[in-house]
Amino acid sequence: MIGLNHYLIISGLLFAIGLMGVVRRKNLLMLFFSTEIMLNAANIALAAAGHFYNDLSGQMFAFFVIAIAASEVAVGLGLLILIYKKNGTLDLDDLATMKG
Amino acid sequence: MENLVYIALFAPFVSSLFALMFVMVPKQTFVGIVASLLLFISFLASATLAYHIAMTNEVIHVTMMDWIVVGDLSIPFGFVADHVSVTMMVVVSLVSTVVHIYSIGYMDHDRSFNRFFSYLSAFVFSMMVLVMSDNFAGLFIGWEGVGVCSWLLIGFWYHKKDVTRDINPSISPSWAANEAFIMNRIADLGMLVGIFIIFWNTGSLQYDEVFPKLAELSPVVLITAAIALFIGAMGKSAQFPLHTWLTDAMEGPTPVSALIHAATMVTAGVFLVIRANPLFGMEEVAGVSYFIASLGTFVAFFAASMALVNRDLKRIIAFSTLSQLGYMFAAAGLGAYWIALFHLAAHAFFKALLFLGAGNVMHAMHDELDIFKMGALRKKMRWTWLYMGLASFALAGIPPLAGFFSKDAIIESAFNEGSLILWAMLVITAGMTAFYSFRQVFLTFHGDARYKEFGIHPHEMYTYVLIGMSPLAILAAIAGFGKDWFEGFITNLLPEYEMSEHTHHLASILGAIVLAFAVGGILLAAFKYIKGLKRSEKTENSFIYRLLSNQYYIPQLYAEMISKPYAELSSIFWKSIDMKIVDATVDAIANVVYKSGDGSRKMQSGNLSNYLAWMVFGAVALLIAALISSAIG
Repeated sequence: MIGLNHYLIISGLLFAIGLMGVVRRKNLLMLFFSTEIMLNAANIALAAAGHFYNDLSGQMFAFFVIAIAASEVAVGLGLLILIYKKNGTLDLDDLATMKG
Repeated sequence: MENLVYIALFAPFVSSLFALMFVMVPKQTFVGIVASLLLFISFLASATLAYHIAMTNEVIHVTMMDWIVVGDLSIPFGFVADHVSVTMMVVVSLVSTVVHIYSIGYMDHDRSFNRFFSYLSAFVFSMMVLVMSDNFAGLFIGWEGVGVCSWLLIGFWYHKKDVTRDINPSISPSWAANEAFIMNRIADLGMLVGIFIIFWNTGSLQYDEVFPKLAELSPVVLITAAIALFIGAMGKSAQFPLHTWLTDAMEGPTPVSALIHAATMVTAGVFLVIRANPLFGMEEVAGVSYFIASLGTFVAFFAASMALVNRDLKRIIAFSTLSQLGYMFAAAGLGAYWIALFHLAAHAFFKALLFLGAGNVMHAMHDELDIFKMGALRKKMRWTWLYMGLASFALAGIPPLAGFFSKDAIIESAFNEGSLILWAMLVITAGMTAFYSFRQVFLTFHGDARYKEFGIHPHEMYTYVLIGMSPLAILAAIAGFGKDWFEGFITNLLPEYEMSEHTHHLASILGAIVLAFAVGGILLAAFKYIKGLKRSEKTENSFIYRLLSNQYYIPQLYAEMISKPYAELSSIFWKSIDMKIVDATVDAIANVVYKSGDGSRKMQSGNLSNYLAWMVFGAVALLIAALISSAIG
């Protein structure tokens, strides 16, 4: 039987993968993907917990997160395209212009 | 009548503020004129009040507003015009009006003309607060106010450089100003302690409430309070051993010396003793009062002895002021408060006149003060000669001038108390006073014209200044005749002082003795100096002459015993404690912040990836912290 813990473990694993991506990857686009993975990890946890408590708010939250993530991606990708057009690269090491 | 009290009090304040507006602009004669007019208004208000009080015997008491109200402590801004304060008000406002008018002429060429009037009027306001306050706290505010103004005015020519004591015993105006201020601070501590003792034991600072309660206090408390208050009075009135500042204060402009360091501020100590006469007159504090009388007599003698050989025109008059303050304290200490106040008023007139005359001489001699370089000035400065001669006769106590009546009364009361030693010293001092006053007059105005060697062309002061000085001259001449009237007026408030039958019997003989000493002093001075200056090496090198001309080496003693060790000690504290402990601690704290900032600066690499890693590190750290704190509970 698949219980709440399994979902949460999956969610945790996904979150960890996303986090590793955010920390290790140097390409901005990959960073975006990694954040999406983390958001979805959270969605899984929300939906599972909502089901477990028999409360629809969890799933509602997950929908909100999806909707907001979609709009965020729309804006974010637009910015990425502009950055790429301006600098010709999305590599973070090359974009480091604000060194203190 | 209440309005008159406020006008008398605040007209000088308005004058000061008015002059303050023109501090940054070049000389404006109208500033001086407006200030003088406002001071004259203050004088008119004071005189009207005096007339009213003399006629109706009614004390005018006003409370302007609450000032400090904390718990049981309630100190209002209250002012009182009674017989004592109104006497002081008339004296202060009259002398200061004359000095203001005089200053228009005297400060004519000074670039800080406007600033001078601002300070001078501020001084008069503080002095008015001092004498009119109806409580010790207000008195203290005025006391400190006159101290600040005195500091400002002594150091008025602050730009003059320090020189050594051989060239100028006062070193420089700013040095003298600081000396005066610091010496007064020492004494003010005593005064403050006295005020605290009074408040602690009576629960009030209002004169009306404090004095009736004194009878309930224990002798120890009364004696401590009296001693502490007298220490304050000693500082302001420059009594030994806090006397050195007064002669050094002559560094200030001469009108300042006339107003502050002769006629008004320095008498504040005497005023305090007179004002607190219910305390000083008690049986329990008779010892303190006797000490005051003895110290006063000692200072009278001591200061007069230093004046005998001094060559500096203003310093001679300053020593004479010290000496006369000693007389006033002698009278106050012996319980003859009204005589002390009478001498205070009479002294204010003739001493201010003397100083203003000295200012005329200085003006004529291009700031030369050495009387050995003057002589024969009477041909050039007839009016100044007349004024200074008159003031010197008054100071020497020659009838019918003011000084005779007041000084004679003091000497008589010393005899009346049976203190023959005090009496003898005061009589000898009277002779010395006459000698040094006329030594100065003869050396300045008679004999050979020594100034010609130095290429100085003396000229008389402006006419309006000479006319402005005339009220002082008239009062110095006639104030003595008001003695009986004044006694009747002032003893409504101050205790009567009755001469015993025995003294009364001998009064004319005693007066004759004093007069003989005074005339003897004048004749001796005339014999030695009227023909001109004959200097004798032998006298000037004698031990006593050098002792006196170096002021008993007291300034040097203070410098060696107090100033230098204090400077050494300060230097040690600075180098070992301040630099090595206090500064080092502060620097260490600053260094920690600086180094940690410099170290963490490397975090800002500009690389988003690094920032994210740091963010994750922070989030994890917070998570761990949250876990630990929840585990600990």
